Amino acid sequence: MSSQIGIYSLYIALIISVFLIFQFTFLNKGTTKNLDSRIFSLISVQFLMVIISFFSLIYAFIISDFSNETVYNNSHTTKPLFYKISGTWGNHEGSLLLWLLVLIIFLFIFFIHSKKLSNKYRLLTVLFQEIIILGFLLFILFTSNPFSNLFPIPKEGNGLNPILQDPALAIHPPVLYLGYVGTSIIFSSSLAALITGLINKVWASHIKKWVVISWIFLSIGIMLGSIWAYYELGWGGFWFWDPVENVSLMPWFCLTALLHTIIVLEKRNTFHSWAIILSVTTFSLSMSGTFLVRSGILNSIHTFANDPSRGIFILCFLFFLIFSAIFIFFIYQKNISKNLYKPYLVSKETSILINNLFMMFFLSVVLVGTIYPIFLEVINDSKISVGPPFYQKLITPFLIPFLFFMAVGPNIKWIKDRISKINIQQLIFFIIFILLSCLFLKKNGALYLFVLPLIGSGFFLLFLTIKDFFLKSSHLSQKLAHFGFSLFMLSVLFNGILAKEYSSNMKVGDERIFMNKIIKFENLKVVQGHNYQSLIGEFKIIDQKNVLNFKPQIRVYDQPKTITSEADILTTIYSDNFLVFNVLKNDGYYNVRYQNKPFMIWIWLSVALMSFGGILSFIKKNG
Amino acid sequence: MYGKKVKLRAFFILLIFFSLVLTAFLIFKSLEENVVYFKSPTEIKNLSELENKKIRVGGMVKKNSIEINETEVNFIITDFKNELIVNFTGSVPNLFEEGKGVVAEGFIQDRNYFKATKILAKHDENYMPPEVKESLKDTN
Repeated sequence: MSSQIGIYSLYIALIISVFLIFQFTFLNKGTTKNLDSRIFSLISVQFLMVIISFFSLIYAFIISDFSNETVYNNSHTTKPLFYKISGTWGNHEGSLLLWLLVLIIFLFIFFIHSKKLSNKYRLLTVLFQEIIILGFLLFILFTSNPFSNLFPIPKEGNGLNPILQDPALAIHPPVLYLGYVGTSIIFSSSLAALITGLINKVWASHIKKWVVISWIFLSIGIMLGSIWAYYELGWGGFWFWDPVENVSLMPWFCLTALLHTIIVLEKRNTFHSWAIILSVTTFSLSMSGTFLVRSGILNSIHTFANDPSRGIFILCFLFFLIFSAIFIFFIYQKNISKNLYKPYLVSKETSILINNLFMMFFLSVVLVGTIYPIFLEVINDSKISVGPPFYQKLITPFLIPFLFFMAVGPNIKWIKDRISKINIQQLIFFIIFILLSCLFLKKNGALYLFVLPLIGSGFFLLFLTIKDFFLKSSHLSQKLAHFGFSLFMLSVLFNGILAKEYSSNMKVGDERIFMNKIIKFENLKVVQGHNYQSLIGEFKIIDQKNVLNFKPQIRVYDQPKTITSEADILTTIYSDNFLVFNVLKNDGYYNVRYQNKPFMIWIWLSVALMSFGGILSFIKKNG
Repeated sequence: MYGKKVKLRAFFILLIFFSLVLTAFLIFKSLEENVVYFKSPTEIKNLSELENKKIRVGGMVKKNSIEINETEVNFIITDFKNELIVNFTGSVPNLFEEGKGVVAEGFIQDRNYFKATKILAKHDENYMPPEVKESLKDTN
């Protein structure tokens, strides 16, 4: 029953979409006043239909309606209610429905909140957004229908991959999608503004809200996925440079660049074309992110179920969107106001341009690293993977000047400034911090070529942003975000340099000595969980000062039959102590891994701080 | 001859061009150095010369081949045609089991012996890396 409701409401949404696009192309010359309220009611109905469809899928998951194929493949009666609901978007079909829902929610909000702007611009934005919505509706209905029926009705479902039964991963896709799909509005509205010749300060301050909100969601979404990988996958790292992770990072670089460019557009009314190119690129990257993850082209440890025909559809649709965007850009390029002003080398504009250059560099590094293996496989059939060293080697050296400019840039004035103001005070600061980090590293015995100046510039940024908090100016959000980033860089660095690790194969009762510490495997218990059995190991790590107790688990899920291990993490503000154990074979040996990760919590906190900076800028009235 | 503006613009275009070339050069240079090739045990058997470069080997963990002592894990990777003994020190992922797919990263010692530095995790019990699937397909 719920499947029928779901599918028919999607068809109604499809009809509305076609009707709206039709209306724009042929009836645009009519009275716009009248059109406005009619479009509003149509969008509202479409919005309602997709919500109904989405909730009927959630309902099917809650009541475990196994006549629905998606539910059958991804759910099970014994699963806790929370994961039944989150299972709705834990699979391909459901997650696309979520994409669609977010697309429409954003269109709806956009339509309500843009009444002050010109009608033609609003209608064109709706048109572009409807084209995207139509594409996704067709994609859902014809290649990945979440409501396909199964007959005879199975008694029991296949269950959700236990590794996905986790609170962080339950909210990770919706948050990430809010970020991804937010860029669709930026895409549609920048094209609409280009056609109507509206690219100016007013448009910039209007679209800035959308850029900021997408940026916040994207940042938090990436962080949630990273936190999950940290404690669930059991290897103790938070970023693996895996293709699926990279794919979410690429739109983030682009969006960050756009966020800064939009500020220039808003304040100085320049960089018009660049802002549009960035808007189009950001959305293309978000779309191709979905494409690459869902098509199974990427050779990733995260790869879930996939089907090539789906990939081809998204790829064609993506190319269609990109080419039409480029086409529109070339035709309407003349609409961009030629702003004749003299650029000065030392100005805030330049410093933001530098930020953009770095962002584009990081983006191209990640893009090449992600795409190259696919490319090479097509060309000469050799299978390769590009590992973390590639990214570290290319990104690390460039972070030094990046951090330096990030610290100096915000204090430079718009239009023109003098260079002398920068160099004396700040250069001394810079040198002092390089020396400080030199001392620090000597003491800890880790000397790397780039790490040293990197830590130096990290501290430089940290202290300069702290200093800026005492200055009287209104850019609190910018300061917070930059401060958060400096914290982030430093904690990632120290986390990488000072991490300690020990692994061994142990039996119950065994003791090992390492790095002046003793690790004891004391006991093993079996406990029955909700839909799994768990083996709880009791470990002790003893050093001169204190004793740490760990209780990591190995969970054996019945449906599907899978073993997962849950690390036990003891978090303090200085470091995380991470212990995980694994079953190898039934001969009593367990593979035990202990890690000490300094400043782990600060990585999450600093990302939260950056996002908070974004939130401040969003709620500020004239931000 | 040319105006100041034209000169400035030409300078900028050149600058952008050179930085693009430099970026491309940097990226592809380090790509060359940091790429990890994927091989099956059969491909390793047929290698003409052994390089001391990091590679990945994929296949199935042979039944009853896992041997464990206090520090090491030894097992055999097979593609049902050829076998490779793998020696590993460190921690293994959840789904490392006999009869299941595995990818090991490390260095070839000789044609039968591989020293792994990392065993890669997979998220899904039914999931097989595409490379393993393909190399199994080739041999069958």
